[in-house]
Amino acid sequence: MRMVSVRAIRGRLLSLFASGLVAPSPPSALSMGERAGVRGKWWAVTHRFSSATRHPLTQPSPPSYRWGRGLSLAACFFAVAMPLVFLCAPPAHAIDPLPFKDRAEEVRFQKLAKQLRCLVCQNQDLADSDADLAKDLRKQVYDMMQSGKSDDEIKDYLVARYNDFVLYDPPFKPGTWLLWFSPFAFVLIGVFVVARILRSRAQQAGGVRPADTESGDDW
Amino acid sequence: MVNRLLPLAIFLALVGLLGFGIYWNTHHEMTEVPSPLIGKPAPPFTLPLLYEPEKTLSGKDLLGKPYLLNVFGSWCPTCQYEHPILTGQIKPLGIKLIGLDWKDEPDDAKRWIAQFGNPYDVVITDRDGRSGIDFGVYMAPETFLIDAEGIVRYKRIGMFTPENIRDELLPKIAELTSAKAKQVAR
Repeated sequence: MRMVSVRAIRGRLLSLFASGLVAPSPPSALSMGERAGVRGKWWAVTHRFSSATRHPLTQPSPPSYRWGRGLSLAACFFAVAMPLVFLCAPPAHAIDPLPFKDRAEEVRFQKLAKQLRCLVCQNQDLADSDADLAKDLRKQVYDMMQSGKSDDEIKDYLVARYNDFVLYDPPFKPGTWLLWFSPFAFVLIGVFVVARILRSRAQQAGGVRPADTESGDDW
Repeated sequence: MVNRLLPLAIFLALVGLLGFGIYWNTHHEMTEVPSPLIGKPAPPFTLPLLYEPEKTLSGKDLLGKPYLLNVFGSWCPTCQYEHPILTGQIKPLGIKLIGLDWKDEPDDAKRWIAQFGNPYDVVITDRDGRSGIDFGVYMAPETFLIDAEGIVRYKRIGMFTPENIRDELLPKIAELTSAKAKQVAR
């Protein structure tokens, strides 16, 4: 019984190593423990941290060994606690029991709710947020869908009350040109600066014409 | 020479930009969503009175005089902080103060008002929060200044403080009264 659970924990630890949470010990450390015939014992995991020459059964535990045990206990604690944390965490999607008539309607609703911002927790969309107001707004969106409103009409309704901010994608209009175009402007500035640097370097190198550098691959 | 100073200039420009960002952030509430209703007619509403639920009050009933619509709820801790300011500083202004009890149980609201006192001329209830959504309310307290023609002139998101009453609300009310004086003169 105990052996099984130790194996399970060890498996969990290995997967933790794999996910990069804990630095892996060299693979030989594990086989060292196995060679010494300690496979399956509760301290087998601990043994990886102890020095390769010492056998834990024949030696009184040196400080490094005890330290290793504490570390492995901590690792075991996390190995047990982490899945619990994930189990206890609420589901990612706040679910209201909205009576959708078919799957297509639900998909449309979810898609729309993902494009709308929750005004309370402003970095979450309506589909994700568990805020009370988000619930009300989801209900509102649902009711408007039922009364045959199009997606654009629903968005306009919310924008008229909560501003463009309610949309995750800022609309394309003169007021947002700076927002949409500035990345391209910065890329252009970058290209211009790089071209200038390359050109001046080419001139310093002596006699190489700019056209040659640009087509060549010296960078 | 110019080329050597260029990185320094870029660095200083960056410092300036970031410094401006810090300055801007300390003087603005970044989570505030400016209301698109300012300068537009207040959304129509007809809501039951808290103390006489069989009677209702609508936006039309309030035309003719400017009023403040204060969104509150017994569940809202900031409304408790704002309450003495409503009583001590808003009420003496003499402008009509309507309380909109938002997403709240009427009994809880009555208890809340009984406990802290009633600064409102009228309290209306919006239990399911639909009218609140129409007004673009997303937190409490929020306060709207609506003029005699039913146009929204100003919105305060969050609680009133002596500072923003002095710097924002009073000038807006003064604008309304001077506009009215001009109309009368004409």
